[in-house]
Amino acid sequence: MSKKGLNRRQFLQTSSLAAAGVAATASGAVLIAPDGAWALQLNAFDEHTARTLLVMSRRIYPHESLGDMYYVPVVEALDSAANTDKDLNKLMTEGVAGLDSAMSLKWVDLSEGSQLKILTGMQDGAFFQKVRGQAVVSLYNNPLAWRHFGYEGPSYEYGGYLHRGFDDLKWLPQPSEDASPKAG
Amino acid sequence: MATIDLTDSTPVVVIGSGAGGGTLANELCQKGIKVVLLEAGKRESTESFQNDEWASFGQISWLDKRTTSGSWQVAKDFSGLPAWICKTVGGSTTHWAGASLRLQEHEFKAKSTYGAIEGANLLDWPLTLKELEPYYDKAEDKMGTTRTHGIPGLPGNNNFKVMYTGAKRLGYKGVHTGRMSINSRPRDGRDACWQIGFCFQGCKSGAKWSTLYTEIPAAEETGNLDLRPQAQALKIETDGNGKVSGVLYADKDGKQQVQKARAVCVAGNSIETPRLLLNSAGGKFPDGLANSSGQVGRNYMRHMTGSVYATFDRPVNMYRGTTMAGIITDESHSDSKRGFVGGYEMETLSLGVPFMAAFLDPGAWGSEFTAAMDMYDHMAGMWLVGEDMPRENNRITLHGSEKDQYGLPVPNVHFDDHPNDVAMRNHAFKAGSAVYSAAGSTKNFEVPPYPSTHNLGTCRMSEKASDGVCNKFGQTHDVKNLFVSDGSQFTTGGAENPTLTIVTLAIRQADYIGEQMSKNEI
Repeated sequence: MSKKGLNRRQFLQTSSLAAAGVAATASGAVLIAPDGAWALQLNAFDEHTARTLLVMSRRIYPHESLGDMYYVPVVEALDSAANTDKDLNKLMTEGVAGLDSAMSLKWVDLSEGSQLKILTGMQDGAFFQKVRGQAVVSLYNNPLAWRHFGYEGPSYEYGGYLHRGFDDLKWLPQPSEDASPKAG
Repeated sequence: MATIDLTDSTPVVVIGSGAGGGTLANELCQKGIKVVLLEAGKRESTESFQNDEWASFGQISWLDKRTTSGSWQVAKDFSGLPAWICKTVGGSTTHWAGASLRLQEHEFKAKSTYGAIEGANLLDWPLTLKELEPYYDKAEDKMGTTRTHGIPGLPGNNNFKVMYTGAKRLGYKGVHTGRMSINSRPRDGRDACWQIGFCFQGCKSGAKWSTLYTEIPAAEETGNLDLRPQAQALKIETDGNGKVSGVLYADKDGKQQVQKARAVCVAGNSIETPRLLLNSAGGKFPDGLANSSGQVGRNYMRHMTGSVYATFDRPVNMYRGTTMAGIITDESHSDSKRGFVGGYEMETLSLGVPFMAAFLDPGAWGSEFTAAMDMYDHMAGMWLVGEDMPRENNRITLHGSEKDQYGLPVPNVHFDDHPNDVAMRNHAFKAGSAVYSAAGSTKNFEVPPYPSTHNLGTCRMSEKASDGVCNKFGQTHDVKNLFVSDGSQFTTGGAENPTLTIVTLAIRQADYIGEQMSKNEI
């Protein structure tokens, strides 16, 4: 359960820089944003597996105002782990194949409603649970995503929240001095 | 700091450096008694603690393999993590929130107050509140507990303001920023609280009491303490006379060592303490050390817990400031008219985004879940903590096949909620939701228990040797020079956060051990 932070260097590059790095990766594949805003070099997965997992992460934890790049760390973590864990690689590859075989179209090309119906049907399985378990950590443990949630995170380096709004709520009556004394 | 020879049989060996063990070690050292303190975890510091939930979790938590069974929700949601406690110097006093409440008088007499409850193994404590009061007083002074000894309360944060408003509107009276062992003013060489908001991750300002930077350095200054971090106790050894003679442990390099001892005090928290006694079976103790009653590992309690979070139209920013920022005490009495015995406390709690995602509705996904997360900065939260019923079959056992890194059986934690726990949780969810509705919430969330932080009762105190494991001083009924020094001693759980009582019992136990040693009884 270690922190799986955002490796910005790896995916916040232009597509041309990422393309230059392709030869150095194991799978030789790269997942690129449609608008070229980010790219993820892949180690274990092919592009289709990676793209499917990206969309799947978004369907599991849909936040409309979060762009795809916030979901990239989920794929990055799974890809990185699958590079050294053959069982995991198999689980992901077969899982994606399972999604694709549910209807006569690839899962990523299905409507959102159909995608959700298929996910709901497999939510107790190992594949879904692995992706969900990784997503709940990688998506919400991303300091860039915290801004979206209004969470300011670490405070020690700024002297805590003592002078940064720990008691700035003004829309309710203020507690009595006895219940809540002033800071010393 | 002392260096004590492995073959020296005069020291007291204390296993575990948290609220019980860390305090006991210091109290003994202050009396001039040599102590070897074995701690399984590493030594961190206010400098090395991290304002980062997952990173800190990896740094200080006890993550060794454990299994779960039973009908409790934790076994489903967190099957490999029954407890959220620590493996680090200072133990779970690095992680605790700081709430320091005395047990109530009637809670020491659970059996005589509540009567016989089917399916519960209730017993009265072999001691009373009156006997403990002078020690509670010493503990509060030592820990700098607010609203005692003339120490002002802490200032309430935004999360407290929301709970306060709702509570007052409902007519609750006991609503304030709590009795907290977090400095509201500089005290004991430690600063006042900076409202950092990461109390669970190790307090980086040192304002929150932890044995790591209070008891342990004080003990080291006496020259009587030999602290050994990364020393995992494996077995307590006995001599031919039915007494304990030393402790087999794995040192920081994984090498097995035996430290000889005049007495051994076990304070590994209520899962590891009984596990060590059970793993020490042999010779005169075929069923485990100090287990003639068969009660070692039984009566495992974890407090009735649950949380209520609620969203509001306007921002709260609950994560700013102390994690446990205030309390409602009005539901902590026992009144069987509510449909259960015992009571519960309501205490604010907040989690950062990473842990909120993991705990709000474990396993949940989809747009309903993310809509709740989208309201994170408009959320307030409280934790509900009450007395649960001791049950013989709620217990720590040795796993039949799973082994740890030292080849010893891992502990299995079995727990079934008692109907009283279920009724209390139901009442508490309703009460917590009512508080937030009264404050104007738009939606309330009933959140199931987190992995247990209040692990209690697996080597309980009892008047009679047949009913429990140790006497009112934590001395085991079966072995004179073996002591239980943590929350495992609790006969019943009470409604209160247990650390203050654990520290109180440790101070009292140190006096008793000192006396027994000077009388040559041990």
